[in-house]
Order: sequence, then C-alpha cells, then structure tokens
Amino acid sequence: MNYFPDEVLEHIFDFVTSQRDRNSVSQVCKPWYKIESSSRQKVFVGNCYAISPERVIERFPGLKSITLKGKPHFADFNLVPPDWGGFVYPWIEAFARNNMGLEELKLKRMIISDECLELISRSFANFKSLVLVSCEGFSTDGLAAIASNCSFLRELDLQENDVEDHRGHWLSCFPDTCTSLVSLNFACLKGDVNLAALERLVARSPNLRSLRLNHAVPLDILQKILMRTPHLVDLGVGSYVHDPDSETYNKLVTALQKCKSVRSLSGFLEAAPQCLSAFHLICPNLTSLNLSYAPGIHGTELRKLIRHCRKLQRLWILDCIGDEGLEVVASSCKDLQEIRVFPSDPFVGNAAVTEVGLVALSSGCPKLHSILYFCQQMTNAALITVAKNRPNFTRFRLCILDPTKPDAVTNQPLDEGFGAIVHSCKGLRRLSMSGRLTDRVFLYIGMYAEQLEMISIAFAGDTDEGMQYLLNGCKKLRKLEIRDCPFGNAALLMDVGKYETMRSLWMSSCNVTLGGCKSLAKKMPMLNVEIINETDQMDISADDRQKAEKMFLYRTLAGRRKDAPEFVWTL
Amino acid sequence: MEGGLGSLGGCGGSSGAATNDHTMSKVEVAEAEASSYPVESELELGLSLGGGGGGGGGGGKGKANAWGERGRILIAKDFPSVVSQPQRPNNNSNTSISPACVVGSVSGTKRAADSVSHEGGSPTAGSQVVGWPPIRAYRMNSLVNQAKAARSEEDKGIGEKDKSKDNLKKKICNGNKISAPGNEKGHLGFVKVNMDGIPIGRKVDLNAHACYGTLAQALEEMFFRSTTSLNSIGGEKQQVTKSSRLLDGSSEFLLTYEDKEGDWMLVGDVPWGMFLTSVKRLRIMRTSEVNGLAPRFQDRNEKQRIKPV
Repeated sequence: MNYFPDEVLEHIFDFVTSQRDRNSVSQVCKPWYKIESSSRQKVFVGNCYAISPERVIERFPGLKSITLKGKPHFADFNLVPPDWGGFVYPWIEAFARNNMGLEELKLKRMIISDECLELISRSFANFKSLVLVSCEGFSTDGLAAIASNCSFLRELDLQENDVEDHRGHWLSCFPDTCTSLVSLNFACLKGDVNLAALERLVARSPNLRSLRLNHAVPLDILQKILMRTPHLVDLGVGSYVHDPDSETYNKLVTALQKCKSVRSLSGFLEAAPQCLSAFHLICPNLTSLNLSYAPGIHGTELRKLIRHCRKLQRLWILDCIGDEGLEVVASSCKDLQEIRVFPSDPFVGNAAVTEVGLVALSSGCPKLHSILYFCQQMTNAALITVAKNRPNFTRFRLCILDPTKPDAVTNQPLDEGFGAIVHSCKGLRRLSMSGRLTDRVFLYIGMYAEQLEMISIAFAGDTDEGMQYLLNGCKKLRKLEIRDCPFGNAALLMDVGKYETMRSLWMSSCNVTLGGCKSLAKKMPMLNVEIINETDQMDISADDRQKAEKMFLYRTLAGRRKDAPEFVWTL
Repeated sequence: MEGGLGSLGGCGGSSGAATNDHTMSKVEVAEAEASSYPVESELELGLSLGGGGGGGGGGGKGKANAWGERGRILIAKDFPSVVSQPQRPNNNSNTSISPACVVGSVSGTKRAADSVSHEGGSPTAGSQVVGWPPIRAYRMNSLVNQAKAARSEEDKGIGEKDKSKDNLKKKICNGNKISAPGNEKGHLGFVKVNMDGIPIGRKVDLNAHACYGTLAQALEEMFFRSTTSLNSIGGEKQQVTKSSRLLDGSSEFLLTYEDKEGDWMLVGDVPWGMFLTSVKRLRIMRTSEVNGLAPRFQDRNEKQRIKPV
C-alpha cells in the first residue's frame, strides 16, 4: 500500500464515510493516519468535554462539518442543574481563530448563545447548515444574525430547543439574495413569525425540500406556501384549525394535490381532526409520520389516516391511539421500522396503551427494529412473545409509567421478559427498562447482550451484583446511565479500567459514596469524575461515607474542564 | 378518573376536576385573592399559601398539616395593603393543578423514596418522582400547555363516545379542537430559580401553575422540603439549618422576579397572566437583603421596585 501516491489513497478514503470506519483506517499505519486525518471533513464528538477544540483542529485541519454533544442524556429529564455546562462558544471561537472553513454545525444538548450564533455567522463564509437539537441559551436575535449573514445557508433546523422568543423579525432578516434554502424547521419556536416574510422567503427558495412550521402559521398561509413548493419532501404543519367547509380548506386540498413528493409529515400542533381528510391524498406515499405533538388527533380520524399510510417506515404517536389503534398500525404499516409511542398526559399516570399494543406491533410489522414505548403496564408473557416475534430489534426502550410495577398479571418482576428480549435480539444496541426488576435481569443482560452499547436503568436491581453482571458481560458498552438503584462502591470499583472503554457513566440516587468516587478518580486519571452537589452542606472535605447524589464520569483527553460551575466538583 | 389517583396528589387538573370540587373552590379563592385587592377587604394572611388540601388534587394529605410548620415564601399578597386594583378575571381558569404532580417541573435531589414515604407504597402514578416519566422537558412543556387548553375546553362538553375508562383521557385529547387563543404563546415554560445561600439553581415550570399560590407552594417544596424529607427517611446526614430556622413560620424569604426590563419585582403584584409574560427568572431573596422595597400603600400606580443589596 506504500506504492500508492497520497492522492490515490485520499481518493479511496473518500468512499469511507462513517466515522467509525475512518477511525479504523487511521489506525492502520502512520501514512494512512496522516492522509486520513488531513482529508477528513466530517467529525463527530460524542462528548464535547472528551477532547479540546484545539486538538481536533490540529488533527483535522480540513474539517468542514462537526457534530457535538454536551450534557448527559438525563439532562433531558431535569436531572442535571441548568448551568452544568456544554457550552459551544469555546469551540466556535477556536474554529474562528484558526480560520477553519466550517460549513456544518450540529449540536445536541448544548448551550449556545446569541453571541456565539453571531460569531458563526460572521466567521465562516461558506456556512451552510445549522442543526440544533435540545439546545438552549439563545434567542431569535441569534437566528436573525444567522439569517442576515450566512449567504449560502442551506439548512436551519431547530428541533425541540428552548428558544427565547423576541417575536418574528428574524425571518425578515434573510436577504432577498438568499435563495439557497433547502431545509427550514422552526416548529419549536413559540412566538409569532412574520408571515409575509415567510411567504416571500419560500417563494424565492426553489430548492426548498423540508419545511416545518410553528403553531403561529395558520392554515391559509400554509395553503399559499404549499402552492409554491410542489417539490416539498418533508412538511411540518403548524396550526391546523379550520372549518372543513371553508374556502381555505378547499384551496388547501388543491395545493396538497400538487405536492406529490411529500414523504414526511409532522406537526398539527393545534389540530381539528375533521380536516385530516385533506391529507389522505398524501398518506399513501408517506414514509415518516410524527403526530406526537397532536393530541387533537385520535380515535376514528387517526385510524382512518393510518390506514392510508401503507408505506410508513417511521411513526411517532401519542398513546391516545390506544391498543386498538396500534392494531390498525400493525395491520396497515407493513414497512414499519421505527415507532415511538409517547404519553399524552403524564400527570394522570394512565397511558392508554398496554402490552397488547406492543405484541400487536411485534407480530404485524416484520421490519420493526426500533421502539420507544410508554405504557401503562407490561407482562413477562408479552415480552417473551415480542422477543420471539421480533428478534431483529436494535433499539428497545420500554417505559412503564409506574417505574417499579411488576408483571400486571403474575405480579412477578419483569426479569424473564427483558431476559427474553436480550436473548433473542442478538443485534440489540440500545436498551431502556422499567418495571419491577431484580439482579436477575442484569445477569441475563450480561450473558446475552453482546452488542449492547447504551443502557438506561431506573429503580431496578437489588445488590451490587446487578451492576457487576452488566459491567462484566457487555463488552461493547459505551454509555451507562443509572438512577435510583441500590448499586454502590463495590460495583463501581469492580473494574475501573472498563470506564476508559466507555464514553460515560451516570449514576444518581444510588449508593455510591464520595469516598468511592474519590478512589475511582485517583485510580483513573484519564477520567473526569464529576460530582454534582446540590446542597451546600456537602464540601470536598466532607465525610467520605456520604452518598454521592449525582455522579457523572467520562473519559477525556482534555483533563478537568475549566468551565465547571461551583456545584460541580471534579475529583 | 379513579379516585385512587387523588391520593398521591399527582393528577393535576384531571383529578381536580373530577373529584375535588372542594379543593377547586379553594384554589379559585386563592386565585381571586391574588389578582384582586378590593379596598375594603383585609387580606387574610391566614389563607396560607399551602393551606387546605394543597393546590391540587387532594395532594399530600400528609403534607397539609405540615405546611404550617414549614417556612413560607412571601409574595405580594402577604403584605397588608389598601391598594385597590380592578378585578381581573383570571383567564387561566384552570382548576387545581398540583405543583407536586408536575414531574418535569421540579429539578432537585428528591429520591423516589421521598415521594413514596407518605403513601408507603410504590409511586403508583410515578408522578411525584423527579425526572419520571423520562420525557424531554420540551415535550413535557408542550403536553402541559395542551392539557391545560384541553381542560378549559372540557366544560364545553365536546367529546366522543368512548369507553368510560378512557373517557377523561379522550376528553383531554379531544380538547384541542379549537385553538386556545392566548395559550402561552411566546412564553417559556421553565424559568430558573435561585435561592440565596444555595449554590445550585433549579428550574420551575410556570406553565404548570395557574396562580401565585401554587407556584409559591411548589417553590417551598423544592427548596425547603427536599432536605427535610430526606431526613425523614433517615438516609441522609445532610442537615439544612435554613429550613429549621423557618419552621416557626417567620418567613425569612421573599419571592422576587426579574422582568423583561431587568428590574427585580416582588412576585404577586400583577395579575398572573401579566406576570407570565414578563417574568424572566425568579429569586428567593432573604428579607434582610432587600433594600428599597416600597411600602405597598404608597403609589399604587408605580411598580414596586426592589433593589437587592
């Protein structure tokens, strides 16, 4: 292989696109490392604190696209205090300072300020794509800066962010010369938008293929927009409230008839179900449908809609679809690969789906491999049936609203059910469990779940052995997050070297003590062991026997982070 | 809805509507009190913020008595005043939404065991457990908003014929038939709350509250209760002296907020809806640190400004 000139190798490497593969390529030999590193354009950093921006820049000088993730996953559920970290500014500042030709930025669970957005917009002339998922710290002013200054912007995709809304004018900041938009998603914005500016923007964006509107865009504007975007592939409907007999509604039907390319549908943030028949035209071609923010759509109207969606591959829905509705899904959507069933009313604690719906899906949908299912109850028998029906699960996340509920019929723990899942689904990579679970389920997981990479556990297990089975058995484990389980220092310290093979470990409300964490930190200098201290009674010289309420550890090449707030100690 | 849900107080509006008319009327009284100050009435300081069955759903039967023992956070209505303001109908006329039941709204150190200790069983609805069910905060916010809009539509009697056990659920799902006009547009659900002396800030979901009463209650829960309940299960040695100083009810703390102009104001001055649109963040201040709190009987047209030390 030394006989090939560098350009040839580089050209060959161009065909290697996945980061994992490129990482492998770079480890073959020094020349390959050099060529691969200098030619890599897309970098994925799963934990922004695992490496410093300077080091990334040094290794990948040709970097054009970067994905960064910040806060631990459990931050989504308010288990991490607000100012814990995950600031992207140092990265952007380093890229700007080093004149990187950044074109794409994708962030998840990070804090990005308006100043940072402005810096991005001014520093990278070819900036094309900004995707923010579950981020916070910015307002529509920052979006205005992006709109104003990024002349070649193709993609602005805001998913479930916490955005301070200063109302509407940011859309007007796209200059008239900006005609490059391909994807625009502002569904999560809570405020009004300038509707006229939106219409004009859409009119001058011939490449627009994905458009997701927020609730402030009413039906008559939607209809006008659709008339201009017959090539739209992905549509997020905003507010969908209208009288089905009206003029506007009829115009909408006409517009939808022209949109033959729509494959993905979402939104319906405020929806009147009887207007749904307009969308029956589109349903036969849909591969992705997200109605998880549309509690107004349920019952017979929903089932009618689903029956038309014969090509559906991905479905996100609320549990008010009910077990009967899931049976309709199972019989209509034979191409279904991924389904997520969310609770529609978490307060009441009553989900409208049970094990019946899950079993129906597993038997009716042969390609189903990824599921997130919030339900009222579960049984071992059902899980065993699911495991038999569907050994191809790669992601299996089950959330019973009562987190320690046993088998609804036998009152036994759900160990056997989940055991069957891991035993049968040999390709399982991600697992979340709930319900009454003992150490036994961890024994099964350790024994069978060879491909498991990420596991989330809550209110489970009896003794340290549970966690030990897990750490011993799952060789490919990368992310482990545990809350409210009786695992302590013995489990934590059993195999400290393991944590260097993983991205991170989260443990909260368990039995690990400050002393145990200190001991771990001492043995493993390549890990950051962070304790989140939520009361000011605990200090660093406190009794080592005190329980560490929240601990988050991760491997890193960057040493302890400098932006940790007061309440986070790195041991 | 099954009455059993009421026992954990976890059911927010739906149980409130179905089973707790008594509690409902109390909350309405509290709301009316918070938003109107008829000249001739004396504000009853005895109408404790956490009094009776709590702000919702018969929640925390065990807790109701304990409120008198715990510290209270003062809000505007705690100060006697002859200021009169026009009667404002509270347009968020939601019935009791128990603050304790909004899972996502409390970020703190509660263990599952805490919330269970009153009932002595598994957390049935899972509704008092922090961070459970594991739903992203963004989605939780939007569910709260949608559920509230739905409940305000329930009275209009729109509903399908469904199995009775799903009846209330369907009503909630169905309630979005007509878009609720002023429904929290432009308002952020979670705002940060800091308390003097505690390094960690929390977040509270304002959308989960319909009046100052439940908000103050939730904050007291968040900041005062968490440590006392930890003590009650005997697992923790962390003693928080603050709460013990407040046990005699001598409100050492004030609840304030920063508005859109950056001024710090006393919470409770303005009608709830107006408060929602202008609040940026909250702070529980020690009364000793507050400087320049204008006596309330002075100029009623002037906002009450607080200059923290």
